[in-house]
Amino acid sequence: MATIRVQHEAIDVAADIAALTAGRFDIGGIASFIGTVRDMAKGRRITAMTLEHYPGMTERALAAIAAEAERRWRLLGCTLVHRVGPMAPGETIVLVLAASAHRQDALEASAFLIDWLKTRAPFWKKESFADGTEEWVDAREADDLAAARWGALSG
Amino acid sequence: MAESSLHLLYFAWLRERVGLGAEDVAVPPGVATVADLIAWLRRRGPGYEAAFGTTAPVRCAVNQEFATPDAAIAAGDEIAFFPPVTGG
Repeated sequence: MATIRVQHEAIDVAADIAALTAGRFDIGGIASFIGTVRDMAKGRRITAMTLEHYPGMTERALAAIAAEAERRWRLLGCTLVHRVGPMAPGETIVLVLAASAHRQDALEASAFLIDWLKTRAPFWKKESFADGTEEWVDAREADDLAAARWGALSG
Repeated sequence: MAESSLHLLYFAWLRERVGLGAEDVAVPPGVATVADLIAWLRRRGPGYEAAFGTTAPVRCAVNQEFATPDAAIAAGDEIAFFPPVTGG
């Protein structure tokens, strides 16, 4: 059963790893992806990033993505935490954890989870620049290609 | 046939252009698909035209599942419009 959270508060990576592994002695490895806010985009300095989402659908989409990972790999645990609201460069936007008995399942599942999250979960980024302007971030074709390498939904 | 009541949601730059995040609308019987709904919305005012009358891609969800323009819609549906997602 995956842990899914969408939150305004800062993400505590160590606390989520501890929660995933508490009382477990069957886990042989935990793979993570931690997404953070960069301070530059298209050569311009970013002062803040704001994440908007679709409450209700977001949680459903994340649960469906985690369930798909659990069908494809032998996972002993899975955590998806996404931050929303305003955040500063350097802060964590997203945390993906996948735990398994052997590393290959955890490593592949974590890559799959972030690739699908980026293309299938309803979040939108807005960048605030040092000159006072704001822009919604455009979707990237590279993200679609990264997600496509995993094929279609199996369930 | 009576009008159908729909719950509409707008996100990101669509929300900004339409000028609101959510509304309930009653659409005439001929509005049967997402594409029909977009055509009907575009006639409601300049904000809607700015949101939907652009070449920028718009995505849709019907009852919180991604949907294509040919998807059927029915009274009581929750229909959301938004740009391609950019999370992570």
